[in-house]
Amino acid sequence: MLQVDQLTTADPKVSLQDISFQFDAGNIYTILGRTGAGKTELLRALMGLNPLVEGDIQLDGQSIAKRPVKDRSMSLVYQQFINYPHLSVLDNVAFPLRRQGKKKAEAQLLAAKMLTTVGLGDFLQRRPAQLSGGQQQRVALARAMVKKSRILMLDEPLANLDYKLREQLREEFPRLVAGNDDSVILYTTTEPREAMELGNTMIVMTDGRIVASGPPADLFAHPPTKDAASVISDPPISFISGFVRSGALYFGEGQLAPNNGLHLPPDGPVTIALRPDAIEPGGAFNATIGLSEFSGSETIVHLDFDFGRAIMLVEGIETFEAGSRLSVSIQTEHIMLFASDGQNITTRTK
Amino acid sequence: MNKFYHILKTLFLFGWSLFVVFPFLWALTTSFKDANAITSGATYIPWVDYEPSTQGWTSLFTTGSQGINIVGPFIDSAAVTLIASLVSLALGTLAAYGLSRFEYRLGFVKNSDITFFFISQRIMPPIVLAIPFFLMLKELGALDTIFGLVLVYVALLLPIAVWVMTDFFAGIPKELDEMAMTDGCSPIGAFFRVILPNSVPGLVVAGMFCLIFGWNDFFFAFTLTFTETQLLPVSIVSLNSSVTPWWSLSAFALISVAPLACVAVIVERYMSRGTMSGAIR
Repeated sequence: MLQVDQLTTADPKVSLQDISFQFDAGNIYTILGRTGAGKTELLRALMGLNPLVEGDIQLDGQSIAKRPVKDRSMSLVYQQFINYPHLSVLDNVAFPLRRQGKKKAEAQLLAAKMLTTVGLGDFLQRRPAQLSGGQQQRVALARAMVKKSRILMLDEPLANLDYKLREQLREEFPRLVAGNDDSVILYTTTEPREAMELGNTMIVMTDGRIVASGPPADLFAHPPTKDAASVISDPPISFISGFVRSGALYFGEGQLAPNNGLHLPPDGPVTIALRPDAIEPGGAFNATIGLSEFSGSETIVHLDFDFGRAIMLVEGIETFEAGSRLSVSIQTEHIMLFASDGQNITTRTK
Repeated sequence: MNKFYHILKTLFLFGWSLFVVFPFLWALTTSFKDANAITSGATYIPWVDYEPSTQGWTSLFTTGSQGINIVGPFIDSAAVTLIASLVSLALGTLAAYGLSRFEYRLGFVKNSDITFFFISQRIMPPIVLAIPFFLMLKELGALDTIFGLVLVYVALLLPIAVWVMTDFFAGIPKELDEMAMTDGCSPIGAFFRVILPNSVPGLVVAGMFCLIFGWNDFFFAFTLTFTETQLLPVSIVSLNSSVTPWWSLSAFALISVAPLACVAVIVERYMSRGTMSGAIR
């Protein structure tokens, strides 16, 4: 078990602010956040690569905050596919085992097994530069996993791969890390889908803080704050200002009566979050079509309302002419309400 | 157009090669001439233009009044240059690694100031350093000794090694050091096990600079030695007298160039910077 208490750093880019969390062995924690949210800084602080200003890191009840990097039982896979260029693929993976004191033959045997697991059994004697990007990242992954460290950290490991390879490795990831039941796996990403797909627990970070954590499905359905909702949603969620008065929700010239179990808070200003699937073609709201783009089998349409901008998600590939007017409806079961302090105040009758 | 460009390029390269090689050809032909052949104008082809003589070469290995004996100066030069280059390279590499990886601050002095301090040692004219070096070596009893020259040459070559290696280490991603540490290396272990094996091109370039500057130095070899120790550049110049033996001088010059040329040919393949490919994407 990895316990982090009030972790604070003073990094030049993003400083971690009072981060406390408990990571249990056997779980995959996906850390989701935009660029500059502090994900990498968190991993580096845990690893001992960035100094702590305050706080403690405990592994199985023992503080490791002052231990040198090599003695922390942690592995790290960078997004840049870092490998040792002067060593063969086999020796790259055997490298940490040799540092653990294993004999060369034993280290190479274990390394070869791990490389076979990641699908590189036929490339043992090649140099990293002779491999494709996906293969290089597999070497880095194999080197991190072969050590059997207690903490396996992956810092956006798929970010530099092309789409196809990313999809392929994402599918394979659960198989690759299977059997690490004694380890905590931390996986950072900027992609909400990846975070939700790969993690048992999702942690959302913004500005060097953890702003939400929990099972991915729960967090997606009910993000605790506006910041968390913004990070989790893909395509982006749209926020518009409105207010509640006399049991109705007003925004711009629009008005929505609560239905589908949505309970409105007491009268006052609110921020209304419109998920892309909350807007559907046909209805009482008029909008001007901005950009429309295709994403796989979906069409993402950017709409300009008199109350602000929002994004609509339409199943299938449809063509929407930029500049033309479109009538849409807003489905109250897909909207969320946030108080002025950013807290989620959406309540529904189940 | 492409063909025209190709011909133009070939002609230019041929002309340039001739320009570069010509002094060596000149020295080579001169080294096989005797006094008569040398004074009878520019001639190039042995047995046709002149009767070749090995006098220039044999005199280099002959002792006594007729000989020059190159062996002593050659060994002295090789010893001073090799030892000074190796020491400079070792110290310079460590200093450069420290400067490229760790942040030092002493008052207003930062890493860049320290690097500049090293380089600034080469900005000063040698004559400025000659008298202090002379006095220091005199105090140490190291004037006219190989040890004394090594000390001075280390001081002169260290800035070159630091300069080249700092630049080279700056091109190696720090993540490689960090990765080595996460894989179980101490910081010094990361340097020796990962960074140094990947720094061969930088070491070769720095080493070559040190060898070239050390081997070719005349000024300090001249001002800090008398009779006991004599380096090649001083020996060559000492041949220049009222009757200069151009044949011996040419042979001497070719022999003094040969070691550096050999080293350059051997290490040329290590000078590519491409070894870092595959380290980081």
